[in-house]
Amino acid sequence: MEHIRTTKVEQVKLLDRFSTSNKSLTGTLYLTATHLLFIDSHQKETWILHHHIALVEKLALTTSGCPLVIQCKNFRIVHFIVPRERDCHDIYNSLLQLSKQAKYEDLYAFSYNPKQNDSERLRGWQLIDLAEEYKRMGVPNSNWQLSDANREYKICETYPRELYVPRIASKPIIVGSSKFRSKGRFPVLSYYHEHKEAAICRCSQPLSGFSARCLEDEHLLQAISKANPVNRYMYVMDTRPKLNAMANRAAGKGYENEDNYSNIRFQFVGIENIHVMRSSLQKLLEVNGTKGLSVSDFYSGLESSGWLRHIKAVMDAAIFLAKAITVESASVLVHCSDGWDRTSQVCSLGSLLLDSYYRTIKGFMIHEHIHSCQFGNFLGNCQKEREELKLKEKTYSLWPFLLDDQKKYLNPLYTSKSPKFTVLEPNTVSFNFKFWRNMYHQFDRTLHPRQSVFNIITNMNEQNKQLEKDIKDLESKIKQCKNKPTDGILTKELIHSVHPESPTLKTSLCFKEQTLLPVNHALRTIEGSNPADNRYSEYAEEFSKSEPGVVSLEYGVARMTC
Amino acid sequence: MEFSDLIRTGRAQAKLLRGPEAPPLRGTLCLTGHHLLLSPGPQATSELWLLLLRSVDSIEKRVASDSGTITLRCKDLRVLQLEIEGVEASLDIARSIEALSSLESVITSFPFFYRPKGLRLGDAWHFHPPERYYKRVARETNAWRLSEVNEDFSVCPSYPRAVIVPRSVDDGALARSARFRQGGRFPVLSYHHAPSGTVLVRSSQPLTGPQKRRCAEDEELLRAVLLGARPGARGFIVDTRSSQAAKQARMTGGGTEAKAAYPGWKRLHRPLERGQPLQESFVRLVEACGDLQQSTDSWLRRLEGCCWLAHVKEALSTACLAAQGMEREGACILVHGAEGTDSTLLVTSLAQLILDPLSRTMAGFQELVEREWIQAGHPFQLRCAHSAFSHARSKHEAPTFLLFLDCVWQLGRQFPLSLEFGEGLLLALFEHAYASPFGTFLCNSEKERCLCEVRTRTHSLWSGLNQPKERRKLRNPLYAPNPLAIWPSVELQSLRLWQGLFLRWIRPPEPSEVAWEKVWQIVTDKEKTKLSQPTVSASEPQL
Repeated sequence: MEHIRTTKVEQVKLLDRFSTSNKSLTGTLYLTATHLLFIDSHQKETWILHHHIALVEKLALTTSGCPLVIQCKNFRIVHFIVPRERDCHDIYNSLLQLSKQAKYEDLYAFSYNPKQNDSERLRGWQLIDLAEEYKRMGVPNSNWQLSDANREYKICETYPRELYVPRIASKPIIVGSSKFRSKGRFPVLSYYHEHKEAAICRCSQPLSGFSARCLEDEHLLQAISKANPVNRYMYVMDTRPKLNAMANRAAGKGYENEDNYSNIRFQFVGIENIHVMRSSLQKLLEVNGTKGLSVSDFYSGLESSGWLRHIKAVMDAAIFLAKAITVESASVLVHCSDGWDRTSQVCSLGSLLLDSYYRTIKGFMIHEHIHSCQFGNFLGNCQKEREELKLKEKTYSLWPFLLDDQKKYLNPLYTSKSPKFTVLEPNTVSFNFKFWRNMYHQFDRTLHPRQSVFNIITNMNEQNKQLEKDIKDLESKIKQCKNKPTDGILTKELIHSVHPESPTLKTSLCFKEQTLLPVNHALRTIEGSNPADNRYSEYAEEFSKSEPGVVSLEYGVARMTC
Repeated sequence: MEFSDLIRTGRAQAKLLRGPEAPPLRGTLCLTGHHLLLSPGPQATSELWLLLLRSVDSIEKRVASDSGTITLRCKDLRVLQLEIEGVEASLDIARSIEALSSLESVITSFPFFYRPKGLRLGDAWHFHPPERYYKRVARETNAWRLSEVNEDFSVCPSYPRAVIVPRSVDDGALARSARFRQGGRFPVLSYHHAPSGTVLVRSSQPLTGPQKRRCAEDEELLRAVLLGARPGARGFIVDTRSSQAAKQARMTGGGTEAKAAYPGWKRLHRPLERGQPLQESFVRLVEACGDLQQSTDSWLRRLEGCCWLAHVKEALSTACLAAQGMEREGACILVHGAEGTDSTLLVTSLAQLILDPLSRTMAGFQELVEREWIQAGHPFQLRCAHSAFSHARSKHEAPTFLLFLDCVWQLGRQFPLSLEFGEGLLLALFEHAYASPFGTFLCNSEKERCLCEVRTRTHSLWSGLNQPKERRKLRNPLYAPNPLAIWPSVELQSLRLWQGLFLRWIRPPEPSEVAWEKVWQIVTDKEKTKLSQPTVSASEPQL
């Protein structure tokens, strides 16, 4: 709390960043140890977690007050006007401190208490069992086994303890290979395709420089290709642009020389690095944060940000990976520089295309867990660090909360009938890549569709289920009645149960009303759809502009004549 | 002239390629006066394939040693390729298609020969929207009347026989006002917004000219519009040209309403693209959509360069402005550009869709199209003579109606539950506006349609579309009547390229169709379970 000097400021304005008429809400701003909270005059609350704040800016003082702009990591941007500069300055300074917590222990996840007891918390963390997941894939088996080489994090600090490797790869080979790979990240199993007996493996770049070799590394790759009984050659995908990989050679790193490894097919796929991606996203957000964009601003901004190009590159790489496995039954080894950004993107997307289990909600959680590492789930950079932080004792797992709430996340159109290995083959023609408005503008409600197909279909689905259940109940009751001699009490009970006023029917029938709009004559628009929220509202000013003298005289004449 | 004179070779063996998604068809190609047929032979499992020649937009021929390839680009943006045996035969067929697809005569066109089973001539032509719509207006207000001043089309050749005008203005004044407006299009009622008591009126530009002429009857007409709404009501003239273009129009006899002459009215300029630049934009967009190999960057550049979405945005925001003026400001709105047959109709019809829940129903939307486009004199025959592929372009083509359909689609995307019809109806209207076996979109005006006896000698598209078998294709399964105005977002982030139209024949359709099937299934499940409930409770009294 030592950073907080002002805890409450009144008469603060919250501007809508896409409204042209500078529409604003007035309310009170509260600063707590973990959140910034704004409550407007309609008692609507806006919560901002300090940990989510990416950037705080204090703009030049205006006549109405001191503007404070907060950009969050979840793409929310809020624009406050604080009446007094002093208050604005205090809040600004506090947020500056609170938003850059150096220590993990200061993070909100460590103080968050969702009222779970210890055993519930433990069960939450056990929800995802990696060994179980590998078992589902069919590992260990005659070709792949669990290795204890990294049990004490001795070989590679950033890998988890449990790793799966080819059965024929001995510990010395693993150790030798790890010494020849950046950060010790030697080739390990990422996904096993049971049906094709092919594997996706991942690692970091080799320390090959211009000519260095490592027999153990060559052996390990050969072991991977031998672990595939169907196809002897394997692909090695370097997900970097060729130029970057070549530049790395000068620093003693680089990529595999096809001549030194038997049975490999080497391939660059050209995904840009995190620095390029980061500035691309920034550019994208900058362009789209402007109000009243023209068509050429929008599309040239989208183009120059390169964001869609990057998405397409990752997608193309994942498709290449999936095809290698499904069409050629070949195993694939994927790496980039350190093997934890681009490699994760490609391996995870590839396995999502390959395995329909990852497209279920539980499967997707496991999938995210494996690939983004394992509330505390995304804290820390690797398993070792997470253990040192005692995340499992001190924080809660996100997954049980998502599962409890899964209705919100389920796709009502999902059909589970597809067999396990139905492969998705997305079409990557350029026009299939579009700006994801609902992600990058998730808090800018005026830009969203005004009615949600998602909600109505979800409701309908539930309604269908409820109605079917009602019918079954009623039918069984009718059957019961017919079997028994008619008896006064029973009939009465039955009539009561099928009467439209009966509770079950009432709950199911009222769905209809939920899906309809409130028929209230005072209400003139669907929520979030108001002419004043939109661009064309600038004409409101045109309409209400005071008329010049002559014209108002004419108005007078018009009135008199009527 | 006989069609047979134009058919040099009527028959040949051919292979038809219908794009990457459909399998090729082999068989005997036949050319008739109105159709190209491919009969796949007795053993084949596929059915007879049929193409209306009128829907061919451009034709390209290439010959090899013993065969020829004809590429047909259709008005609905489909691209077909025919591989024909024999060089002579293929050249003959190409020339015949070229001649037959560009015939100008209306009364020898296919709608005059089309006699489908299950439909009777004259059905659904009973839509007389001005009269029918007047009945509705008359229930809401008595300030307006139905005038038959244009009974013989002499006052305004592009208006229907009956129009709705202020009750206090007599036919003589209307005729004089018509002489003051380009093409005789004097101000008439387009829509009465009952909740606010205001009206939407449309016309063409006044013939002010360099001498700044005035017309007392025209001024009286617009004064009556305001008085009919409510005492002291204001009016806004939404001119769909820039103020500079409107001023320039004076040099050629047109112009704008002088401020002093129309007390109570205020002019706003909202320039909308029209005519050739709009056609150009359409052509460039379709070109960009046809290139599957291009990089993401090049695609975005071309999407930007063609400006199509800018036109969508402008049209929507102008319509919103007009609607807002009525609903929020309680003002009357007059819309016109120059001729009043293009962007004017775009704005008035969209504004109604935003404000009027009835126009968002299946029947209401068809009526809107009939009343505000067909009867209102949008020159379909001129505007839709060619689509995006034709090289032989006259000056009159413009995809104004397509732009309208695109805007409606955008509204449907933002309010997915508020339109009773789905994308299917919009696609059908696009197709039929450019080439159709029905008579609805024939000719440029009611007058021409009367001369050609379209009503008695062709079938109406509406009766074709309203057959029960079409229902699933055209309806929005999620429709729930919405009594409110629908205000769309016109920010670029909220607008999308209409892929269902522009990429219809290019992208594989499966995923979205599967999803749509599933939606239908959920909705029909719901209807079924709801239906079976009453039967359960119906058995109650017997117990």
